[in-house]
Amino acid sequence: MSFVSVRDVFQSYGKRPILERVNVEVDEGEFISIVGASGCGKSTFLRLLLAQETPTRGTISIDGNPPAVEPNPERGVVFQRYSVFPHMTIRENVVAGESFAQPLGRFFGADRRAARDRADTVLERIGLAHVADQYPSTLSGGMQQRLAIGQALTAKPRILLLDEPFGALDPGTRLQMHDFLMELRAETKMTVFMVTHDLTEGFKLGDRVLVFDKPRWDPTDPEAFGATITYDFDARDGGIPFQRLTEETHVPVPA
Amino acid sequence: MRYINRKPGPVLATFLALLPFALVLVAYMIGSEMRLAENPADKLLPAPSTIVDTAQRLFSEPDKRSGRILLWHDTAISLQRLGIGVAISAFIGLGAGLLIGLFPHIRAGLAGFIAVISMVPPLALLPILFIVFGLGELSKIVLIVIGITPFLIRDLSQRVIEIPREQIVKAETLGASSFVIALRVALPQVLPRLIQAVRLSLGPAWLFLIAAEAIASDLGLGYRIFLVRRYLAMDVILTYVIWITFLAFVIDFLLKKLSKRAFPWMEEGL
Repeated sequence: MSFVSVRDVFQSYGKRPILERVNVEVDEGEFISIVGASGCGKSTFLRLLLAQETPTRGTISIDGNPPAVEPNPERGVVFQRYSVFPHMTIRENVVAGESFAQPLGRFFGADRRAARDRADTVLERIGLAHVADQYPSTLSGGMQQRLAIGQALTAKPRILLLDEPFGALDPGTRLQMHDFLMELRAETKMTVFMVTHDLTEGFKLGDRVLVFDKPRWDPTDPEAFGATITYDFDARDGGIPFQRLTEETHVPVPA
Repeated sequence: MRYINRKPGPVLATFLALLPFALVLVAYMIGSEMRLAENPADKLLPAPSTIVDTAQRLFSEPDKRSGRILLWHDTAISLQRLGIGVAISAFIGLGAGLLIGLFPHIRAGLAGFIAVISMVPPLALLPILFIVFGLGELSKIVLIVIGITPFLIRDLSQRVIEIPREQIVKAETLGASSFVIALRVALPQVLPRLIQAVRLSLGPAWLFLIAAEAIASDLGLGYRIFLVRRYLAMDVILTYVIWITFLAFVIDFLLKKLSKRAFPWMEEGL
Protein backbone atom coordinates (compact mmCIF):
# COMPACT_ATOMS: atom_id res chain seq x y z
CA MET A 1 0.00 0.00 0.00
CA SER A 2 1.33 3.39 -0.96
CA PHE A 3 1.98 6.22 1.46
CA VAL A 4 -0.44 8.81 0.15
CA SER A 5 -3.38 7.38 -1.66
CA VAL A 6 -5.92 9.47 -3.55
CA ARG A 7 -8.88 7.40 -4.68
CA ASP A 8 -11.61 8.52 -7.05
CA VAL A 9 -11.66 12.08 -5.80
CA PHE A 10 -14.31 14.42 -7.18
CA GLN A 11 -14.70 18.00 -6.09
CA SER A 12 -17.36 20.44 -7.18
CA TYR A 13 -18.46 23.84 -5.94
CA GLY A 14 -22.22 23.90 -6.22
CA LYS A 15 -22.99 22.42 -9.63
CA ARG A 16 -19.64 23.33 -11.08
CA PRO A 17 -17.23 20.40 -11.21
CA ILE A 18 -13.58 21.25 -10.53
CA LEU A 19 -11.93 17.87 -10.23
CA GLU A 20 -13.08 14.57 -11.66
CA ARG A 21 -11.95 11.05 -10.88
CA VAL A 22 -8.50 11.90 -9.55
CA ASN A 23 -6.49 8.83 -8.68
CA VAL A 24 -2.88 8.85 -7.64
CA GLU A 25 -0.64 6.79 -5.41
CA VAL A 26 2.48 8.33 -3.95
CA ASP A 27 5.32 6.56 -2.15
CA GLU A 28 6.98 7.88 0.95
CA GLY A 29 9.79 10.31 0.18
CA GLU A 30 8.63 11.19 -3.33
CA PHE A 31 8.66 14.80 -4.51
CA ILE A 32 5.55 15.48 -6.54
CA SER A 33 5.30 18.58 -8.69
CA ILE A 34 1.82 19.61 -9.70
CA VAL A 35 1.49 21.77 -12.79
CA GLY A 36 -1.31 22.92 -15.04
CA ALA A 37 -3.00 25.98 -16.48
CA SER A 38 -4.76 28.50 -14.26
CA GLY A 39 -8.13 27.29 -13.04
CA CYS A 40 -7.37 23.63 -13.73
CA GLY A 41 -7.89 22.64 -10.12
CA LYS A 42 -4.33 22.16 -8.97
CA SER A 43 -4.77 24.50 -6.04
CA THR A 44 -8.07 22.80 -5.23
CA PHE A 45 -6.22 19.49 -5.23
CA LEU A 46 -3.68 20.90 -2.79
CA ARG A 47 -6.47 22.17 -0.51
CA LEU A 48 -7.93 18.67 -0.59
CA LEU A 49 -4.57 17.17 0.35
CA LEU A 50 -4.39 19.75 3.12
CA ALA A 51 -7.90 18.74 4.25
CA GLN A 52 -8.88 22.41 4.18
CA GLU A 53 -11.72 21.14 1.98
CA THR A 54 -13.26 17.70 1.91
CA PRO A 55 -13.88 16.09 -1.49
CA THR A 56 -17.49 15.62 -2.62
CA ARG A 57 -16.60 12.05 -3.49
CA GLY A 58 -13.61 9.83 -2.92
CA THR A 59 -10.96 9.65 -0.21
CA ILE A 60 -7.45 10.86 0.46
CA SER A 61 -5.49 9.02 3.10
CA ILE A 62 -1.97 9.32 4.40
CA ASP A 63 -0.21 6.21 5.61
CA GLY A 64 -3.50 4.32 5.79
CA ASN A 65 -5.02 6.77 8.27
CA PRO A 66 -8.71 7.67 7.89
CA PRO A 67 -9.34 10.73 5.66
CA ALA A 68 -8.89 14.00 7.58
CA VAL A 69 -11.74 16.48 7.89
CA GLU A 70 -9.60 19.48 8.86
CA PRO A 71 -5.93 20.46 8.61
CA ASN A 72 -3.82 18.57 11.13
CA PRO A 73 -0.16 18.10 12.02
CA GLU A 74 0.17 15.22 9.54
CA ARG A 75 0.40 17.92 6.89
CA GLY A 76 2.80 20.81 6.81
CA VAL A 77 2.10 23.69 4.47
CA VAL A 78 3.83 26.70 2.97
CA PHE A 79 1.76 29.17 1.00
CA GLN A 80 2.92 31.80 -1.43
CA ARG A 81 2.29 34.45 1.26
CA TYR A 82 1.08 34.77 4.86
CA SER A 83 2.74 31.55 5.97
CA VAL A 84 4.53 33.02 8.98
CA PHE A 85 3.05 34.87 11.91
CA PRO A 86 3.84 38.59 11.62
CA HIS A 87 3.46 39.30 15.35
CA MET A 88 6.13 36.79 16.41
CA THR A 89 9.87 37.12 16.08
CA ILE A 90 11.71 34.75 13.75
CA ARG A 91 12.68 32.52 16.66
CA GLU A 92 9.16 32.52 18.11
CA ASN A 93 7.86 31.52 14.71
CA VAL A 94 10.06 28.44 14.71
CA VAL A 95 9.23 27.62 18.33
CA ALA A 96 5.53 27.93 17.38
CA GLY A 97 6.07 24.92 15.09
CA GLU A 98 6.29 22.82 18.24
CA SER A 99 4.51 24.83 20.89
CA PHE A 100 1.19 25.36 19.11
CA ALA A 101 0.29 21.77 19.83
CA GLN A 102 0.50 22.51 23.59
CA PRO A 103 -2.72 23.29 25.49
CA LEU A 104 -1.83 26.96 25.89
CA GLY A 105 0.19 27.23 22.70
CA ARG A 106 3.46 27.87 24.51
CA PHE A 107 6.17 26.12 26.52
CA PHE A 108 7.14 26.98 30.07
CA GLY A 109 10.31 26.62 32.13
CA ALA A 110 12.84 24.05 30.99
CA ASP A 111 10.73 22.99 27.98
CA ARG A 112 10.79 26.59 26.85
CA ARG A 113 14.56 26.83 26.99
CA ALA A 114 14.94 23.47 25.25
CA ALA A 115 12.55 24.55 22.50
CA ARG A 116 14.46 27.80 22.05
CA ASP A 117 17.70 25.88 21.69
CA ARG A 118 16.15 23.55 19.13
CA ALA A 119 14.77 26.57 17.30
CA ASP A 120 18.21 28.14 17.23
CA THR A 121 19.58 24.96 15.67
CA VAL A 122 16.89 25.14 13.00
CA LEU A 123 17.62 28.82 12.40
CA GLU A 124 21.31 28.03 12.07
CA ARG A 125 20.44 25.37 9.51
CA ILE A 126 18.17 27.60 7.42
CA GLY A 127 20.59 30.53 7.68
CA LEU A 128 18.40 32.89 9.69
CA ALA A 129 20.27 32.79 13.01
CA HIS A 130 21.48 36.37 12.61
CA VAL A 131 17.92 37.74 12.47
CA ALA A 132 16.41 35.50 15.17
CA ASP A 133 15.02 38.41 17.19
CA GLN A 134 13.59 40.40 14.31
CA TYR A 135 10.06 40.33 12.99
CA PRO A 136 9.19 38.69 9.66
CA SER A 137 8.29 42.00 7.99
CA THR A 138 11.99 42.92 8.08
CA LEU A 139 12.93 39.83 6.05
CA SER A 140 13.18 39.53 2.28
CA GLY A 141 10.67 37.32 0.47
CA GLY A 142 13.15 34.46 0.14
CA MET A 143 14.06 34.56 3.82
CA GLN A 144 10.39 34.59 4.80
CA GLN A 145 9.78 31.48 2.70
CA ARG A 146 12.81 29.76 4.21
CA LEU A 147 11.40 30.57 7.63
CA ALA A 148 7.99 29.24 6.60
CA ILE A 149 9.54 25.96 5.43
CA GLY A 150 11.64 25.67 8.58
CA GLN A 151 8.59 26.35 10.74
CA ALA A 152 6.48 23.78 8.88
CA LEU A 153 9.20 21.11 9.21
CA THR A 154 9.60 21.81 12.94
CA ALA A 155 6.14 20.36 13.49
CA LYS A 156 7.39 17.10 11.90
CA PRO A 157 4.61 16.59 9.33
CA ARG A 158 4.26 13.38 7.30
CA ILE A 159 3.84 15.29 4.05
CA LEU A 160 4.84 18.82 3.11
CA LEU A 161 2.53 20.83 0.86
CA LEU A 162 3.90 23.81 -1.02
CA ASP A 163 1.46 26.14 -2.79
CA GLU A 164 3.52 28.10 -5.32
CA PRO A 165 6.07 28.74 -2.60
CA PHE A 166 8.48 30.63 -4.82
CA GLY A 167 5.91 32.39 -7.00
CA ALA A 168 6.52 35.81 -5.47
CA LEU A 169 10.32 35.61 -5.55
CA ASP A 170 12.74 37.02 -8.11
CA PRO A 171 14.51 34.50 -10.38
CA GLY A 172 17.86 34.60 -8.57
CA THR A 173 16.32 34.05 -5.13
CA ARG A 174 14.19 31.32 -6.63
CA LEU A 175 17.29 29.39 -7.73
CA GLN A 176 18.76 29.72 -4.24
CA MET A 177 15.51 28.45 -2.78
CA HIS A 178 15.63 25.44 -5.12
CA ASP A 179 19.05 24.49 -3.77
CA PHE A 180 17.83 25.08 -0.22
CA LEU A 181 14.79 22.88 -0.73
CA MET A 182 16.81 20.11 -2.41
CA GLU A 183 19.27 20.04 0.50
CA LEU A 184 16.53 19.98 3.12
CA ARG A 185 14.81 17.23 1.23
CA ALA A 186 17.94 15.14 1.00
CA GLU A 187 18.29 15.48 4.78
CA THR A 188 14.71 14.81 5.79
CA LYS A 189 13.46 12.43 3.04
CA MET A 190 10.18 14.29 3.27
CA THR A 191 7.25 13.52 0.99
CA VAL A 192 6.53 16.78 -0.80
CA PHE A 193 3.71 18.05 -2.99
CA MET A 194 4.46 21.30 -4.75
CA VAL A 195 2.04 23.28 -6.88
CA THR A 196 3.87 25.49 -9.34
CA HIS A 197 3.29 27.59 -12.44
CA ASP A 198 6.87 27.13 -13.50
CA LEU A 199 7.34 23.97 -15.57
CA THR A 200 11.12 24.13 -15.36
CA GLU A 201 10.90 24.35 -11.59
CA GLY A 202 8.46 21.44 -11.51
CA PHE A 203 10.72 19.17 -13.54
CA LYS A 204 13.90 20.28 -11.81
CA LEU A 205 12.66 19.60 -8.27
CA GLY A 206 10.13 16.84 -8.74
CA ASP A 207 10.51 13.07 -8.94
CA ARG A 208 7.14 13.02 -10.62
CA VAL A 209 5.28 15.77 -12.38
CA LEU A 210 1.49 15.55 -12.31
CA VAL A 211 -0.28 17.58 -14.98
CA PHE A 212 -3.82 18.68 -14.32
CA ASP A 213 -6.03 19.35 -17.32
CA LYS A 214 -9.56 18.86 -18.54
CA PRO A 215 -9.79 15.63 -20.55
CA ARG A 216 -13.24 16.53 -21.83
CA TRP A 217 -14.01 19.95 -23.20
CA ASP A 218 -17.40 21.27 -24.24
CA PRO A 219 -16.78 24.40 -26.35
CA THR A 220 -20.31 25.67 -25.66
CA ASP A 221 -19.92 25.19 -21.91
CA PRO A 222 -16.29 25.32 -20.81
CA GLU A 223 -17.21 24.70 -17.19
CA ALA A 224 -19.23 21.57 -17.81
CA PHE A 225 -16.39 19.20 -16.97
CA GLY A 226 -13.74 19.14 -14.30
CA ALA A 227 -10.02 18.51 -14.53
CA THR A 228 -8.03 15.46 -13.63
CA ILE A 229 -4.46 14.22 -13.81
CA THR A 230 -3.78 13.85 -17.52
CA TYR A 231 -0.04 13.06 -17.35
CA ASP A 232 2.13 11.56 -14.68
CA PHE A 233 5.73 12.09 -15.77
CA ASP A 234 8.76 10.43 -14.31
CA ALA A 235 10.99 13.44 -13.80
CA ARG A 236 13.92 11.66 -12.16
CA ASP A 237 17.28 11.46 -13.90
CA GLY A 238 16.90 14.86 -15.49
CA GLY A 239 13.53 13.95 -16.96
CA ILE A 240 14.95 11.21 -19.19
CA PRO A 241 12.80 8.15 -18.59
CA PHE A 242 13.70 4.48 -18.61
CA GLN A 243 17.10 5.05 -16.98
CA ARG A 244 16.39 2.62 -14.21
CA LEU A 245 15.02 -0.39 -16.04
CA THR A 246 16.89 -3.43 -14.93
CA GLU A 247 16.60 -6.33 -17.26
CA GLU A 248 15.52 -9.56 -15.65
CA THR A 249 18.26 -11.85 -16.90
CA HIS A 250 17.43 -14.83 -14.71
CA VAL A 251 21.11 -15.33 -14.09
CA PRO A 252 21.81 -16.24 -10.49
CA VAL A 253 23.73 -13.43 -8.81
CA PRO A 254 26.59 -14.80 -6.75
CA ALA A 255 25.96 -13.81 -3.17
CA MET B 1 4.63 70.14 -12.20
CA ARG B 2 1.25 68.76 -11.18
CA TYR B 3 -0.15 69.97 -7.90
CA ILE B 4 -0.53 66.38 -6.63
CA ASN B 5 3.25 65.96 -6.93
CA ARG B 6 4.25 69.14 -5.15
CA LYS B 7 5.24 68.63 -1.55
CA PRO B 8 5.69 71.33 1.10
CA GLY B 9 9.08 71.67 2.80
CA PRO B 10 9.34 71.22 6.59
CA VAL B 11 8.98 74.94 7.36
CA LEU B 12 6.02 75.43 5.04
CA ALA B 13 4.42 72.22 6.35
CA THR B 14 4.61 73.51 9.93
CA PHE B 15 3.21 76.86 8.84
CA LEU B 16 0.34 75.14 6.99
CA ALA B 17 -0.38 72.94 10.00
CA LEU B 18 -0.62 75.97 12.30
CA LEU B 19 -2.50 78.16 9.82
CA PRO B 20 -6.06 76.83 10.46
CA PHE B 21 -5.61 77.23 14.22
CA ALA B 22 -4.39 80.79 13.76
CA LEU B 23 -7.25 81.58 11.37
CA VAL B 24 -9.88 80.34 13.82
CA LEU B 25 -8.25 82.31 16.63
CA VAL B 26 -8.09 85.48 14.54
CA ALA B 27 -11.71 85.08 13.41
CA TYR B 28 -12.76 84.68 17.02
CA MET B 29 -10.77 87.70 18.12
CA ILE B 30 -12.28 89.87 15.39
CA GLY B 31 -15.79 88.72 16.28
CA SER B 32 -15.19 89.25 19.97
CA GLU B 33 -13.69 92.70 19.33
CA MET B 34 -16.69 93.74 17.24
CA ARG B 35 -19.24 92.64 19.82
CA LEU B 36 -17.35 94.11 22.76
CA ALA B 37 -16.96 97.45 20.92
CA GLU B 38 -20.72 97.64 20.63
CA ASN B 39 -21.48 96.40 24.15
CA PRO B 40 -18.61 96.10 26.68
CA ALA B 41 -20.83 93.90 28.90
CA ASP B 42 -21.38 91.34 26.12
CA LYS B 43 -20.95 87.80 27.42
CA LEU B 44 -21.32 85.81 24.21
CA LEU B 45 -17.80 86.17 22.80
CA PRO B 46 -15.51 87.09 25.73
CA ALA B 47 -12.12 88.52 24.83
CA PRO B 48 -9.25 86.00 24.75
CA SER B 49 -7.66 87.83 27.66
CA THR B 50 -10.83 87.29 29.72
CA ILE B 51 -10.74 83.59 28.89
CA VAL B 52 -7.10 83.35 29.98
CA ASP B 53 -7.94 85.11 33.26
CA THR B 54 -10.91 82.81 33.83
CA ALA B 55 -8.80 79.76 33.01
CA GLN B 56 -6.17 80.83 35.50
CA ARG B 57 -8.84 81.26 38.14
CA LEU B 58 -10.51 77.92 37.35
CA PHE B 59 -7.27 75.97 37.41
CA SER B 60 -5.85 77.48 40.60
CA GLU B 61 -8.46 79.06 42.84
CA PRO B 62 -10.54 76.86 45.12
CA ASP B 63 -14.31 77.13 45.18
CA LYS B 64 -15.49 79.52 47.92
CA ARG B 65 -18.14 77.22 49.31
CA SER B 66 -16.43 73.82 49.20
CA GLY B 67 -12.81 74.95 49.26
CA ARG B 68 -11.94 72.58 46.40
CA ILE B 69 -10.59 73.45 43.01
CA LEU B 70 -13.63 72.29 41.07
CA LEU B 71 -12.00 71.92 37.68
CA TRP B 72 -9.61 69.24 38.89
CA HIS B 73 -12.39 67.39 40.66
CA ASP B 74 -14.55 67.62 37.55
CA THR B 75 -11.67 66.33 35.46
CA ALA B 76 -10.90 63.44 37.80
CA ILE B 77 -14.47 62.19 38.01
CA SER B 78 -15.07 62.58 34.26
CA LEU B 79 -11.87 60.77 33.35
CA GLN B 80 -12.76 58.02 35.79
CA ARG B 81 -16.19 57.53 34.20
CA LEU B 82 -14.69 57.66 30.72
CA GLY B 83 -11.87 55.28 31.64
CA ILE B 84 -14.10 52.67 33.25
CA GLY B 85 -16.66 52.88 30.45
CA VAL B 86 -14.10 52.60 27.66
CA ALA B 87 -12.20 49.81 29.45
CA ILE B 88 -15.35 47.72 29.88
CA SER B 89 -16.31 48.34 26.26
CA ALA B 90 -12.84 47.43 25.02
CA PHE B 91 -12.91 44.22 27.05
CA ILE B 92 -16.34 43.18 25.77
CA GLY B 93 -15.49 44.30 22.25
CA LEU B 94 -12.29 42.26 22.19
CA GLY B 95 -13.89 39.11 23.59
CA ALA B 96 -16.99 39.24 21.43
CA GLY B 97 -14.95 40.26 18.38
CA LEU B 98 -12.70 37.23 18.73
CA LEU B 99 -15.62 34.86 19.28
CA ILE B 100 -17.63 36.24 16.35
CA GLY B 101 -14.63 36.42 14.06
CA LEU B 102 -13.34 32.93 14.74
CA PHE B 103 -16.35 30.72 15.44
CA PRO B 104 -18.93 30.38 12.64
CA HIS B 105 -21.65 29.26 15.04
CA ILE B 106 -21.29 32.31 17.24
CA ARG B 107 -21.05 34.50 14.14
CA ALA B 108 -24.28 33.01 12.80
CA GLY B 109 -25.98 33.69 16.11
CA LEU B 110 -24.65 37.11 17.03
CA ALA B 111 -23.50 39.04 13.95
CA GLY B 112 -27.01 40.02 12.85
CA PHE B 113 -28.06 40.82 16.39
CA ILE B 114 -25.09 43.14 16.92
CA ALA B 115 -25.73 44.82 13.57
CA VAL B 116 -29.30 45.64 14.67
CA ILE B 117 -28.35 46.62 18.23
CA SER B 118 -25.67 49.00 16.99
CA MET B 119 -28.43 50.98 15.24
CA VAL B 120 -30.22 51.80 18.50
CA PRO B 121 -29.45 55.44 19.32
CA PRO B 122 -27.83 55.21 22.78
CA LEU B 123 -29.00 58.66 23.88
CA ALA B 124 -32.59 57.57 23.34
CA LEU B 125 -31.96 54.89 25.95
CA LEU B 126 -30.63 57.38 28.49
CA PRO B 127 -33.98 57.87 30.32
CA ILE B 128 -34.28 54.11 30.66
CA LEU B 129 -30.75 53.93 32.05
CA PHE B 130 -31.50 56.63 34.60
CA ILE B 131 -34.66 54.80 35.67
CA VAL B 132 -33.01 51.38 35.82
CA PHE B 133 -29.55 52.26 37.14
CA GLY B 134 -30.36 55.42 39.06
CA LEU B 135 -28.66 58.79 38.73
CA GLY B 136 -25.29 57.67 40.11
CA GLU B 137 -22.09 56.62 38.38
CA LEU B 138 -23.48 53.40 36.97
CA SER B 139 -25.94 54.91 34.50
CA LYS B 140 -23.24 57.17 33.03
CA ILE B 141 -20.79 54.33 32.60
CA VAL B 142 -23.49 52.10 31.13
CA LEU B 143 -24.34 54.81 28.60
CA ILE B 144 -20.73 54.92 27.40
CA VAL B 145 -20.60 51.12 27.26
CA ILE B 146 -23.86 50.87 25.32
CA GLY B 147 -22.75 53.67 23.07
CA ILE B 148 -19.41 52.36 21.87
CA THR B 149 -19.41 48.60 22.46
CA PRO B 150 -21.40 47.65 19.32
CA PHE B 151 -18.96 49.60 17.17
CA LEU B 152 -15.98 47.93 18.85
CA ILE B 153 -17.49 44.47 18.45
CA ARG B 154 -18.25 45.02 14.79
CA ASP B 155 -14.86 46.51 14.03
CA LEU B 156 -12.87 43.86 15.89
CA SER B 157 -14.84 40.89 14.56
CA GLN B 158 -14.22 42.25 11.07
CA ARG B 159 -10.50 42.52 11.83
CA VAL B 160 -10.43 38.94 13.05
CA ILE B 161 -12.17 37.77 9.89
CA GLU B 162 -9.59 39.69 7.86
CA ILE B 163 -6.68 37.69 9.31
CA PRO B 164 -5.44 35.76 6.26
CA ARG B 165 -6.95 32.27 6.11
CA GLU B 166 -3.46 30.98 5.33
CA GLN B 167 -2.28 31.89 8.82
CA ILE B 168 -5.15 30.06 10.47
CA VAL B 169 -4.59 26.98 8.30
CA LYS B 170 -0.89 27.12 9.03
CA ALA B 171 -1.60 27.17 12.76
CA GLU B 172 -3.93 24.19 12.33
CA THR B 173 -1.19 22.21 10.59
CA LEU B 174 1.07 23.00 13.54
CA GLY B 175 -1.47 21.27 15.76
CA ALA B 176 -3.06 24.35 17.32
CA SER B 177 -6.51 23.97 18.89
CA SER B 178 -9.24 26.60 18.42
CA PHE B 179 -8.26 28.03 21.78
CA VAL B 180 -4.58 28.28 20.87
CA ILE B 181 -5.46 29.91 17.54
CA ALA B 182 -7.58 32.47 19.38
CA LEU B 183 -4.91 33.07 22.02
CA ARG B 184 -1.72 33.00 19.99
CA VAL B 185 -2.72 33.95 16.44
CA ALA B 186 -5.86 36.08 16.54
CA LEU B 187 -5.58 37.92 19.88
CA PRO B 188 -2.11 39.40 19.44
CA GLN B 189 -2.97 40.51 15.93
CA VAL B 190 -6.18 42.32 16.89
CA LEU B 191 -4.75 44.07 19.97
CA PRO B 192 -3.29 46.90 17.89
CA ARG B 193 -6.61 47.06 16.05
CA LEU B 194 -8.31 47.34 19.42
CA ILE B 195 -6.24 50.40 20.25
CA GLN B 196 -7.09 51.92 16.88
CA ALA B 197 -10.78 51.21 17.37
CA VAL B 198 -10.69 52.66 20.89
CA ARG B 199 -9.04 55.80 19.52
CA LEU B 200 -11.83 56.16 17.00
CA SER B 201 -14.54 55.57 19.60
CA LEU B 202 -13.15 58.08 22.09
CA GLY B 203 -15.04 60.89 20.36
CA PRO B 204 -18.43 59.19 20.82
CA ALA B 205 -17.40 58.16 24.35
CA TRP B 206 -16.85 61.82 25.31
CA LEU B 207 -20.17 62.71 23.69
CA PHE B 208 -22.06 60.16 25.76
CA LEU B 209 -20.20 61.11 28.92
CA ILE B 210 -20.97 64.80 28.61
CA ALA B 211 -24.59 64.12 27.65
CA ALA B 212 -25.09 61.95 30.72
CA GLU B 213 -23.33 64.44 32.99
CA ALA B 214 -25.30 67.34 31.57
CA ILE B 215 -28.61 65.72 32.45
CA ALA B 216 -28.02 64.28 35.89
CA SER B 217 -24.84 64.76 37.89
CA ASP B 218 -23.31 66.90 40.59
CA LEU B 219 -19.71 66.79 39.42
CA GLY B 220 -17.98 66.38 36.09
CA LEU B 221 -16.84 68.41 33.11
CA GLY B 222 -20.15 68.09 31.28
CA TYR B 223 -22.11 68.96 34.41
CA ARG B 224 -20.08 72.16 34.93
CA ILE B 225 -20.55 73.33 31.35
CA PHE B 226 -24.30 72.90 31.53
CA LEU B 227 -24.42 74.48 35.00
CA VAL B 228 -22.66 77.71 34.04
CA ARG B 229 -24.68 77.88 30.84
CA ARG B 230 -27.43 79.31 33.04
CA TYR B 231 -25.26 82.35 33.72
CA LEU B 232 -24.16 82.63 30.10
CA ALA B 233 -20.60 82.23 31.42
CA MET B 234 -19.04 81.71 28.02
CA ASP B 235 -15.54 82.24 29.41
CA VAL B 236 -15.96 79.21 31.69
CA ILE B 237 -17.60 77.11 29.00
CA LEU B 238 -14.86 77.89 26.50
CA THR B 239 -12.16 77.08 29.05
CA TYR B 240 -13.80 73.72 29.72
CA VAL B 241 -14.23 73.01 26.01
CA ILE B 242 -10.57 73.75 25.32
CA TRP B 243 -9.56 71.64 28.34
CA ILE B 244 -11.70 68.69 27.20
CA THR B 245 -10.29 68.95 23.69
CA PHE B 246 -6.80 68.97 25.11
CA LEU B 247 -7.49 65.92 27.30
CA ALA B 248 -9.00 64.00 24.39
CA PHE B 249 -6.04 64.87 22.19
CA VAL B 250 -3.54 63.76 24.84
CA ILE B 251 -5.35 60.44 25.37
CA ASP B 252 -5.40 59.84 21.62
CA PHE B 253 -1.71 60.69 21.35
CA LEU B 254 -0.79 58.39 24.25
CA LEU B 255 -2.74 55.49 22.74
CA LYS B 256 -0.95 56.01 19.45
CA LYS B 257 2.42 55.97 21.22
CA LEU B 258 1.40 52.89 23.19
CA SER B 259 0.42 51.09 20.00
CA LYS B 260 3.77 51.88 18.40
CA ARG B 261 5.71 50.81 21.47
CA ALA B 262 3.76 47.64 22.26
CA PHE B 263 3.43 46.30 18.71
CA PRO B 264 6.71 46.92 16.94
CA TRP B 265 5.78 44.39 14.25
CA MET B 266 2.83 46.51 13.07
CA GLU B 267 3.25 48.63 10.02
CA GLU B 268 2.84 52.35 10.47
CA GLY B 269 -0.85 53.35 10.69
CA LEU B 270 -2.77 56.60 11.08
